Formats: sequence, structure tokens, C-alpha cells
Amino acid sequence: MSGDVAVLGAGMHPWGKWGRSFVSYGRAAARAALDDAGIGWPEVGSVVGAQTVRGGYPGYVAGATFARALGWQGARVTSVYAACASGAQAINTARAQILAGMADVVLVVGADAAPKGFFAPAGGDRPDDPDWLRFRVLGATNPAYFGLYARRRMALYGDSPDDFALVKVKNAAAGALNAYARYRTPVTAEEVAASAVVADPLRLLDICATSDGAAALVLCGMDFARRRGVADPVRIRAVSTVTPTFPRTVLDLPDIGTDSAVAVEPSPESFRASIARSAYEEAGIGPEDLSLAEVYDLSTALELEWYEDIGLCGPGEGAKLVREGVTALGGRIPVNASGGLASFGEAVPAQAIAQVCELTWQLRGQAGDRQVPGARVGITANQGLFGHGSAVVAVR
Amino acid sequence: MPRTRIPVVAGWFTEDTAEEGFRLLGTRCSGCRSVHFPREDDHCRNPGCPGGELEEVALSKRGTVWSCTDGRYRPPPPYVSDPAVPWVPYTLVAVELAAERMVVLGQAAPGVGVGDLPVGSVVEVVPGVLEEDPAADTVHTTWHWRPVAVEALS
Repeated sequence: MSGDVAVLGAGMHPWGKWGRSFVSYGRAAARAALDDAGIGWPEVGSVVGAQTVRGGYPGYVAGATFARALGWQGARVTSVYAACASGAQAINTARAQILAGMADVVLVVGADAAPKGFFAPAGGDRPDDPDWLRFRVLGATNPAYFGLYARRRMALYGDSPDDFALVKVKNAAAGALNAYARYRTPVTAEEVAASAVVADPLRLLDICATSDGAAALVLCGMDFARRRGVADPVRIRAVSTVTPTFPRTVLDLPDIGTDSAVAVEPSPESFRASIARSAYEEAGIGPEDLSLAEVYDLSTALELEWYEDIGLCGPGEGAKLVREGVTALGGRIPVNASGGLASFGEAVPAQAIAQVCELTWQLRGQAGDRQVPGARVGITANQGLFGHGSAVVAVR
Repeated sequence: MPRTRIPVVAGWFTEDTAEEGFRLLGTRCSGCRSVHFPREDDHCRNPGCPGGELEEVALSKRGTVWSCTDGRYRPPPPYVSDPAVPWVPYTLVAVELAAERMVVLGQAAPGVGVGDLPVGSVVEVVPGVLEEDPAADTVHTTWHWRPVAVEALS
């Protein structure tokens, strides 16, 4: 397929709380990805940095910050912000540059040094900022929204907190096998149930932490990969970055109200489902072709929604999949074989890139004890504030 | 003298009205009838809208619970709370308004827990206090959602 780009290298800095600058983590991940690709930094023609909101320099200028940290060498530079989807949009920007002939080799980097506790909006008195308003007026943290979604599932589909706990148990088991994960200890359902309630019905162990971490990819055109002797690279076949359609009827972060459906009948397809569908259409595949998926488990309950949104099952059937072990390592379609956000915690601009790193290692057969046997096709999916979302399809 | 009452955001709800007259205030497009809350005063967000004026409109007083949760931990600023005072969890409720065909978030009235707000149950919007500032002698007002007793439904 002419729209493919090759993943020449993937690298990460381990997730955790390391007390250093995000620049340090991003540089380490970039060096790891370049080493993995066998590419020298001077050969990189373009750097795309996934941005974070850190209230000023240098979070807003990630691309240039990483290029400087690696040593100025004149490469084209781009910085991309799309909340939790920043990393995937950075990948998409790199892909577009390669396919347009603007660069042969592009380095994509995302890194964060996250604060402890709840994410909060940037400082100042900013009543025109919806993210500021939801905290000022309602104290509505991210977990509050996750709690609303979880309770809605319980009412609509009969999901229980025990079902949500199974997601954590599954992801912790996978994360225990991943050297880049922050949490590497298996967790039991009893431990989830014994953790403190944060946003009823969700408990501390149902909600992902905020972490330091970094991930990077070296992408290039298929011809360039062949010239480098990589005949069968992991290929990125689709990147979906669609926006919602009006009226959006599911309350989304950081909104206080949904769109009104008075004038226009809502689409029967949710925004999250449209993100995945767009990626499937671009890749010419369907959920039945998947070997594995990496989805954005900001909460355990949200992972179950993703099962439905990426087409692994029908609406309301997500809990059944986790109960039957379908999405565990060794199951029919492992989800979050990396350990997911449950094991990593969220390093916002790095996370969507980290998802693609995991697909890369899985499709190469390099995932060690968490290897999905014979993996050929994978999808990632995530969603961020302000109507951002992404899905990436990788094949080999 | 009573403390000066200041809405947490001006123009989002009625002021100086009795409880029964209290309403959230949004805007409605004269062109396509779409309702916006929080109010949209610049442009209608319906991409198919033929164009119209945005007019202030009072939203329905009653709706049904779409979902609810609570905040067991103190939210970060700009939420205002006194760190010296033990945190008292509050309930957040998302309410579906049938006439407007939209969902609006809000805090529940004090003392109302998630157990009082089953999905689908009826709630009404009432005036509430977000926080008081004794030093400045002011009160920031907001809206709260409160369950409607079943026997009160006609």
C-alpha cells in the first residue's frame, strides 16, 4: 500500500517518578529509538515533538526542545498539541511529511514530567477556558468524568465494580512483564476493592496515575527502509485523528454541557467508535483482523468501553470479554499487552507514541514474556480533551 | 447585612429569583433552535445552521439523571476550598434535559449522595452556594441539582 510508512526504530524511557526534566526523558527515548533504527541523529531530516501544556516554555515547543537537547543539526521541526492524542498527531505529522517527500527520516518524540495527584489546568484567572471553568465551578477532576461513565455503564449494562477490577488485574499482570512500566507488581481483585474510593464507583486502583515517561519512534518511507536492508519493517498503515460530529451527546472532558440534539439527529456512532472506524477504513481492515490492541485505559471501566468502540464486541458486552479472559495475554485478542495506563500511569504527550512502540515490538516478535504469538496487525486508540482522539493501525 | 452574593460565572443562571423561579440560562439560536449551555454568545455550533441570532433562554427546571459520581478528594485550584478544613465530599450529577436534548453537569445539593440519584430519576435545579468568603463578606453562588420527591410529581 502506497500510504504505508515504516517504523525503523522504537524507544522509551521507563515510566515512573524520576524527578528530572521531561527533556531528559525525551532525549533518552530518542537516543534509544535512533539506536534501535540504526540511524545516526545527523541523518534525521525532521523532528516532531508531541507537546504538553506546562504553562509555557518548553512544554509548548517540544520539537525544538528535543532537537536542541540532541544537538542542533538543522532538521525541520514541528510541535503538535492534541491533549492525550498529541503523540498520535505527531506520528501523523511525521507520516504526512514522509509521504509528501518533505523528509526521508523523521524522529517523533513525546515526554512528560507529570505533577503528583490530579491534573489541574494552567494557572491564572481564565474564565474563557473550559478546562479552567470545570475546576472553578464544579471541581470536576478527570476521575470525576471517569466515574460518571462507569456509573452509566453499571446502569445501562449491569457492569459491576468487580468487572472493573478484573481490568486492573489483567493489566497489572501484563505490566509486571514490561521493563518500561512504572507498576510491575501483580494486583488482585481484593486489592482493588480495598483501595480508596476516588470518584464513586471508581477506586484508586481503577484510575491511572500520572507519570514521568517518554517514547520515541523513527519513521521513514518504505523505499528508504528497503535501501537500509529492512525488507519487512513494521508499517504504519493508518492514523485516524477525526473530530466529533455535531451534536456530540456524550459529556466529554472538559465540558459542562453536551451539544443540544434539538436541531440535528445525533449520529448513532459514538465519537470514540468513529475514531477506530476511520482507522479501519483507511487501513482496509476490520476488528476481526486484529492480533492485539492498545487502548487508553484512563480508568478500568473506560477500557471496557473501548472494547465496544473498536469493534471487539457489541455495546454493553465489554465486561463479558474481560470476564472470559478474551482480552488477557493468551486470550483471543489481547488488549493492553503492554500493561496499559494501569501499569504505566499517564505521561500525556508520550502515551500515544508508547502505544505504537508496544505494537512495534509485538509485531516484530520482540515483546518477550508478553509476546502475542504470531502478531501481524494491531490498533491503538486514545482520546483526549477538547475533541481530540486518535487510532493507529500497524501491520507487518 | 447579608453577604454580597456573586454568581461564580455571570449570566449562567438567574439571580435574585425565588427558588421556584431559579433556572440555568443558556442561549438558543433563532436559526436552527439549537440550545447552548454554557451559553454561546458568539456563534451557533451547529455546522448546518442557516444562521441566526443567539438569544438567552432559560433551560428546563427538571431533568433526569444521566449519571453521577462524587469527589472524595479535594480538587486542585481553581476550585476554592480551605485546606485547613477537612474535605467534605460532594456529588456531581449529569442531568439529561428532554426539551433541550442535552446533558448538563452540576453539583448536587449538599447532603445528596450518589445513592439518592439513580440513573433516570428526576432532579430539579435550585440555587446553591459554591463557597463563602467571610473576609471579603461575599458568597459565590452556583446551581445545584436536587432530587424531586416522587410524591411531588404530578
